[in-house]
Amino acid sequence: MVRVDLPAHLCRLAGVAHEVTVAVDAAPVTIAAVLEVLERDYPALEGTIREHETKQRRAWLRFFVCEEDWSHVGMDAVLPEVIVNGKEPLLVIGAIAGG
Amino acid sequence: MSTVRLLVGTRKGGFVLTSDGKRQDWTVEGPFFAGWEIYHMKGSPVDPNRIWASQSSGWSGQVLQRSDDGGKTWTVAGNKFLYEGEAGTHQWYDGTPHPWEFKRVWHLEPSLSCADTVFAGVEDAAMFKTTDGGTTWSELPGLRKHGTGKDWQPGAGGMCLHSIVIDPTDEQRMFIAISAAGAFRTDDGGGSWKPINKGLYSKYIPNPTAEVGHCVHHIAMHPSKPKTLFMQKHWDVMRTDDAGENWSKVSGNLPTDFGFVIDVHAHEPETIFVVPIKSDSEHFPMEGQLRVFRSKTGGNEWEPLSRGLPQKDCYVNVLRDAMSVDRMDDCGIYFGTTGGQVYASPDGGENWQAIVRDLPAVLSVEAQTLP
Repeated sequence: MVRVDLPAHLCRLAGVAHEVTVAVDAAPVTIAAVLEVLERDYPALEGTIREHETKQRRAWLRFFVCEEDWSHVGMDAVLPEVIVNGKEPLLVIGAIAGG
Repeated sequence: MSTVRLLVGTRKGGFVLTSDGKRQDWTVEGPFFAGWEIYHMKGSPVDPNRIWASQSSGWSGQVLQRSDDGGKTWTVAGNKFLYEGEAGTHQWYDGTPHPWEFKRVWHLEPSLSCADTVFAGVEDAAMFKTTDGGTTWSELPGLRKHGTGKDWQPGAGGMCLHSIVIDPTDEQRMFIAISAAGAFRTDDGGGSWKPINKGLYSKYIPNPTAEVGHCVHHIAMHPSKPKTLFMQKHWDVMRTDDAGENWSKVSGNLPTDFGFVIDVHAHEPETIFVVPIKSDSEHFPMEGQLRVFRSKTGGNEWEPLSRGLPQKDCYVNVLRDAMSVDRMDDCGIYFGTTGGQVYASPDGGENWQAIVRDLPAVLSVEAQTLP
């Protein structure tokens, strides 16, 4: 099970707590694969983390993996084992912007 | 006794304000969708408890919400707004071609006859339609692909389709307005469109009488006179009596004819309301006095209405979708400000009171009159 930490506004939208777990059957496990399952389990999140058509990360959201910014690593980069086995969460973070 | 429900969209959430027919004491519920921008909320004329809300944020884009119980509970609807075919380009601020990019839904206009059908006006300017209760949305591409589309240019607030008015005698006829392209009309349910900007004069564009390029801020109609439309343009208050074929200026004795809102009295089709704003560079009332101006003659002759409104040190704005009227016997008028106040007049504008004073900046106000 992959743990995904969501920003507060997406938690409210999906009606979930700060962290959700998703069962990703795909191999290897990538950010894209995690998001596929996340959007399947929580359809309200479709289009809010990545664009509908291009599947690109929305500009003001960031991905962090093991304290590293993976926002520009690419959706198809393989996640480390500690994310795949749920020891560490995949962080989806809202950029510090706006008001 | 009838009740009135106000649907208020703000920069940081939606609110539902309810009162009995006296419209003196109000219940305030919200914020719904706290922290998100709620550009517009509107109820279905067919089923007033079905309410739509456009929810968006810079972080997570567009979300559509639907309530089937008058705003008590909400369900996330479809949010896939994809332009039909090749998106193409419009003009950017500097006149260079710029790709069409969906940003948000500015306005939701439910069908007059089907609770599952809604039209959405979006930025970058286009019109979408759902016929399945919001599950899926399809563009009406005839508008954006109108021959002039490549020449449209954004206004300061973006290139938004912000006004949709449906002819109650013929739902195939609709009027829309885009900043800064102008007004358009369809007579075939959105299949084809024509610009209806003859008579508009915009001195800030290269050709002041161009077919498109005018910064129309809002349009309004009384359902008993569907060929008569009133327009608050960037500058100028206008009217047409032939469904947009020709417009004439009716600013008359207004102290300034810049503004955003315009609306029509529920029972008097020649009684209209505007809130004059000082100028395009100073978006607040003149001399710090918040005044609604009313014309009972369909324009040209205007009177200020200020009883109960702040008459000193008031520097708020009233945005284009932030005025509405109810359909009570004594017509109620409502508007919201960027300072977070929502004002109500239960007597056609004679007297005003603040329902709430400290909401986030108000983006839209829609009144529902419930049995």
